[in-house]
Amino acid sequence: MEKFTTHTGLVAPLDIANVDTDQIIPKQFLQKTERVGFGKHLFHDSRYLDHAGEEPNPEFILNKEEYQGASILLSRENFGCGSSREHAPWALEEYGFKVIIAPSFADIFYGNCINIGLLPIQLNEDEVDQLFQLSPNAQLTLTVDLPNNKVSFTNHHNKQIEFSFSLSKFQQYSLENGVDSVGWTLGKLDKIKAFEATMPAWQ
Amino acid sequence: MTTNTPKTMYEKLWQNHLVEEVIGETPLLFVDRHLIHEVTSPQAFANLRFHNRPIRHPERTIATMDHNISTRSIKIDAAGEGAANQLRALEKNCKDFGIELFGMGHKNQGIAHVMGPELGLTLPGTIIVCGDSHTATHGAFGALAFGIGTSEVEHVFATQTLRQNKAKTMKIEVKGHVGKGISAKDIILAIIGKTGSAGATGYVVEYCGEAIEALSMEERMTVCNMSIEFGAKAGLVAPDQTTFDYVQGKEYAPKGEIFEQAVADWKQLKSDEGAQFDTVLTLQAKDIKAQVTWGTTPGQVTSIDSTVPHPSSFTDPVEQESCIQALEYMSLTAGTKITDISINKVFIGSCTNSRIEDLRAAADVVKGYTARGQKVQSSVDAIIVPGSYRVKAQAESEGLDKIFTEAGFEWRLPGCSMCLGMNDDVLEAGDRCASTSNRNFEGRQGRGSRTHLVSPEMAAAAAITGHFVDLNS
Repeated sequence: MEKFTTHTGLVAPLDIANVDTDQIIPKQFLQKTERVGFGKHLFHDSRYLDHAGEEPNPEFILNKEEYQGASILLSRENFGCGSSREHAPWALEEYGFKVIIAPSFADIFYGNCINIGLLPIQLNEDEVDQLFQLSPNAQLTLTVDLPNNKVSFTNHHNKQIEFSFSLSKFQQYSLENGVDSVGWTLGKLDKIKAFEATMPAWQ
Repeated sequence: MTTNTPKTMYEKLWQNHLVEEVIGETPLLFVDRHLIHEVTSPQAFANLRFHNRPIRHPERTIATMDHNISTRSIKIDAAGEGAANQLRALEKNCKDFGIELFGMGHKNQGIAHVMGPELGLTLPGTIIVCGDSHTATHGAFGALAFGIGTSEVEHVFATQTLRQNKAKTMKIEVKGHVGKGISAKDIILAIIGKTGSAGATGYVVEYCGEAIEALSMEERMTVCNMSIEFGAKAGLVAPDQTTFDYVQGKEYAPKGEIFEQAVADWKQLKSDEGAQFDTVLTLQAKDIKAQVTWGTTPGQVTSIDSTVPHPSSFTDPVEQESCIQALEYMSLTAGTKITDISINKVFIGSCTNSRIEDLRAAADVVKGYTARGQKVQSSVDAIIVPGSYRVKAQAESEGLDKIFTEAGFEWRLPGCSMCLGMNDDVLEAGDRCASTSNRNFEGRQGRGSRTHLVSPEMAAAAAITGHFVDLNS
């Protein structure tokens, strides 16, 4: 997993609540046995007019000229709900997103993002509203500073604005250091063995 | 906190599985049972190979083929090349790593969340995980069960543990008894309608109250199955005599003295008198009517005697906008009676509603209509997909398949099927389906298709009448 410290990038505003993982990566693209090849199918049903994915839908936010190269996705409440498919964060990451900002995330999706080094940032609804108000009118560029838990940007009046966010300590440490979580836990094997020795027979 | 502080069932399950909790690290929990399938496991196996890591307890993992498989043929190639590649990869991975697999046509094959309970792999007091969000189903036994991503599948393979932050607790009490013909599906849809689609995000939910205690194990599974549809990490029902009777004698369940010891331990699991929950929600069972979803999230649901809501009936602007978008996608007009909505497809199946009691309930409704000479409408395609080979065999021994096929339903082979449409059981754009599954998301059952989530009874009635029916009127 790559280390995440700071990131500055363009925001793509996806103004929809309850974006589910079926929308992020529809089921017909889940038949791979590899970890790559999902980015081109991200948001397939909204992004393309045809089944084959050859005709881009000009109305979809990621197909608009002004959001090309976006690396921060802004959305609404309950982002990533539904299926546990890690293919959803894989697809977002492979497309080029480094950060997802929303007022709330579904639990499994949130954990899956952390586990692959994609940063989910939870801001309050007012803060998310402010970002939505800014991004359609101007290309909004945000800077995310993970060690200091800050998101910063310049508003219409050329004023520097800062929002704070939080992560659990270990999640933050894992992202900043690109921790191999399996390797980390294998370092605790004595603890696991000790636990196993205490388990009742039926368990 | 002293040891005398009353504890919730979730806190007990947590403590019983805590391997290590140190400052600055996410707590480490032991995982008793790991269910895997073809779609979310291949990349986890690949990473194990890459790092040359063994599986710590292969005997604690059980594999089944369910998501991708054809419901028309037991041939591995029947659902296309991509599916066959994944199924063959699962065969090879299970062989190489020593994992027991219920492959195509095996007597134990079935949807993971149908197969686990019916074989006694699902036990109270355990932690059960699977790379599938409907793992919450197993909470019906008083097991802490939740869906995980592929990175976590790999973590469980290598360490038999997971890192989990502690969730908040929510008690949902359903008081009294439900009315005639009200199913477990109606109970859970009514709960989700009350909380909204993210109402329990960050929580583990414990369902309790007379109406929950009165449910059979299969009905409790239907309730817990949809916990994820309002954001809950897991759903729990306290194990009781109904639970112990169900588990006893199952193929993989403990036997003899070990079973007796297990029951003694399981009886300690229920939440203590006076245990504090972060949130409490109470419903009156008698108020719950048959439910039908009208929108594109499970929380967009209403009663059969109601109408499609108007966006202005929502005060929250985000909910208003979601309603507008949902009505457009669903091609519904606010104010339309739910009983006036016509459907052209019916799917009875999925890990929510494909067990023997679901099929019996649907068959009873069908029998009522066929006695009056009514069969599946000519404009409707209706399929029934049992949840496992065991369910299929049981249904056939009771003659349920004949009741369905003689009424014009198709009787298929087990699998996840049209719940998510990874195989060829897919809806066409514009199709409107009465479905006993768990998700009505845009495109879930096929691009441009429209899903209404209902109980097996309602789906059966809709197949025959061509629209939703108030079976109590």
